[in-house]
Amino acid sequence: MSAEIEKVPHVSNPKNRLPKLATFGIHSMFIIYSLLCVIPLILVIMVSISDETAIVKHGYSFWPETFSLEAYKFLFKDATSIVRSYGVSITVTLIGTITSMIIIALYAYPISRKDFPHAKFFTFLVFFTMLFNGGLVPWYLVYVQMLDLKNTMMALIVPLLVAAFFVLITRTFFQTTIPQAILESANIDGAGEMTIFFKIVLPLSLPVLATVALFQTLTYWNDWFLSLVFITKEANISIQYLMYKTMLNIQYLANNSTAAAAIRAAGGEFKFPSESVRMAMVIVGIGPIIFAYPFFQKYFVKGLTVGAVKG
Amino acid sequence: MSTETIKLDLDTAKVQKPKKRSLWKTVRKYWVFYFMMLPALLVLIINNYIPMFGIIIAFKNINYTDGILGSPWSGFSNFKYLFMTSDSWIITRNTLLYNSGFIILNLIFPLAFAIMLNEIKNRFLAKLHQTIMFLPYFLSMIVISYLVYAFLSDTNGFFNKSLLPALGIDPLNWYFTKEVWPYILSSVNTWKNMGYYTVIYMAAIIGIDEEYYEAATIDGASKFKQIFTITIPLLKPIITIMTLLQIGRIFNADFGLFFQVPRESGVLFPVTNVIDTYVYRTFITVGDIGLSSAAGLIQSVVGFSLVFLSNWIVRRIDSDNALF
Repeated sequence: MSAEIEKVPHVSNPKNRLPKLATFGIHSMFIIYSLLCVIPLILVIMVSISDETAIVKHGYSFWPETFSLEAYKFLFKDATSIVRSYGVSITVTLIGTITSMIIIALYAYPISRKDFPHAKFFTFLVFFTMLFNGGLVPWYLVYVQMLDLKNTMMALIVPLLVAAFFVLITRTFFQTTIPQAILESANIDGAGEMTIFFKIVLPLSLPVLATVALFQTLTYWNDWFLSLVFITKEANISIQYLMYKTMLNIQYLANNSTAAAAIRAAGGEFKFPSESVRMAMVIVGIGPIIFAYPFFQKYFVKGLTVGAVKG
Repeated sequence: MSTETIKLDLDTAKVQKPKKRSLWKTVRKYWVFYFMMLPALLVLIINNYIPMFGIIIAFKNINYTDGILGSPWSGFSNFKYLFMTSDSWIITRNTLLYNSGFIILNLIFPLAFAIMLNEIKNRFLAKLHQTIMFLPYFLSMIVISYLVYAFLSDTNGFFNKSLLPALGIDPLNWYFTKEVWPYILSSVNTWKNMGYYTVIYMAAIIGIDEEYYEAATIDGASKFKQIFTITIPLLKPIITIMTLLQIGRIFNADFGLFFQVPRESGVLFPVTNVIDTYVYRTFITVGDIGLSSAAGLIQSVVGFSLVFLSNWIVRRIDSDNALF
């Protein structure tokens, strides 16, 4: 209220307003930059609905000579590899995000408690992983040689489960927003630590849990590095990795379709709109993120400002 | 306050209780806590701590029959070999130059954008711009490499087929022209991260007390003067922390950016190969464990020292802004 009132003279003071020209400059610059952010996506969408011969003639363009939905028809007519990859991505993202959120909260709670004598040590244990790591080779050998997780979905989930940064954010949130008095009174009433955690701490911590979940969803959905390193067989190819393979070799998609196999078995050559299919793949791959993004974005901004991690 | 402390001290002195409770007692009292931490602890051990001991691989001549522990020690020969290759200089130079550039770009542009965005008084427009600017941050590097390819493809790309002919310029084989890639990679990196850093600086600007500006207005300070004498000085803590975090990671390149966006074009390696891509390629593609782990270890150790060094410097200048 008072801030609102105080603001009025501040804004109405001519000294405090930018010159008209500067305001105009700022507005036009932001419009141009916003366009720069969406134009590449528009180009890809346009290519994906272009006719293949138009692409061959004029290259990728923002307004194709002839429109065509051939690429999407091809992708969905024989969608086994896409459906399979979607399945892998969704499973990994769901299991990964939920598990990650739970075990991060479970770890963050004890280290947020001031009366827990080992809180400092376990906080450091997490913090240290942000500072030092053993490098790619030993890390790879642990997963492949020691745990034998090559080509499994576990290899796509486990490495991203505990993000140190989010453990620290969650801990800070617990420390700053949950009143110590509530915990103490629950303790006096005879509630066990587990009850306190699940019945009191978690319900009060929805903002930070949502933040962790959102960031982890994005991390899991967009991850391709783990597939690049751990997936060598046809199984468990996520949608990102499928896009990567299609990028390297557009034939990869055709090779994996049953229609292509049937035609090749009959001795014919399988033809498909490779250029537009390539770009249609991208649209199919980012689909869910694009739809969820405006919603995500709102919470992201809140989440980024949830609290400093200093400690 | 002080009497209370004294009283407490006297109490402990009287009982002669040892200051440290025994480990066993703590564990028994807080066993639920250890139980709660167990899952994450296991992941940390597998994913982070066991690999840390794996750094001994860099000092060994690994063969798969003897295993990691059984393989013979080789001292520093892996490192010697690494420094004899011309790659070691190139990857170090590329990593440091790119990351230094990125630190500067990720500071100047988002900071300027945040300050300007704050001047857009139409809340709806400001929100809209912020939302759109955040879009690239949500795309994976694979998608971004496709977006870049749509513009730069030799045969069908928008630049070669539409833009350059329209301007009367000869088409360029982008994926075979080294000179342009430092600019392309820097632009892509800035483009992707702009929204993220802008939001962080925006949040800090919004947190600045309005009264400073009011006082400045009464004193007759212009808008520009206010930005340079109030906004930027008050953002110093967040600027220091963000920069510090990035300096600490100056030896860690964004693997996706350097691996995906240039589409593994070998001609471009002199300007696109960084420590991370080198470690990956020598290990997964070439299969040279010794070289790869030596490079990885140097990266970790130097990166680790840099965090401490930069933190130490900041602590000397302004201890409030230090990370730890």
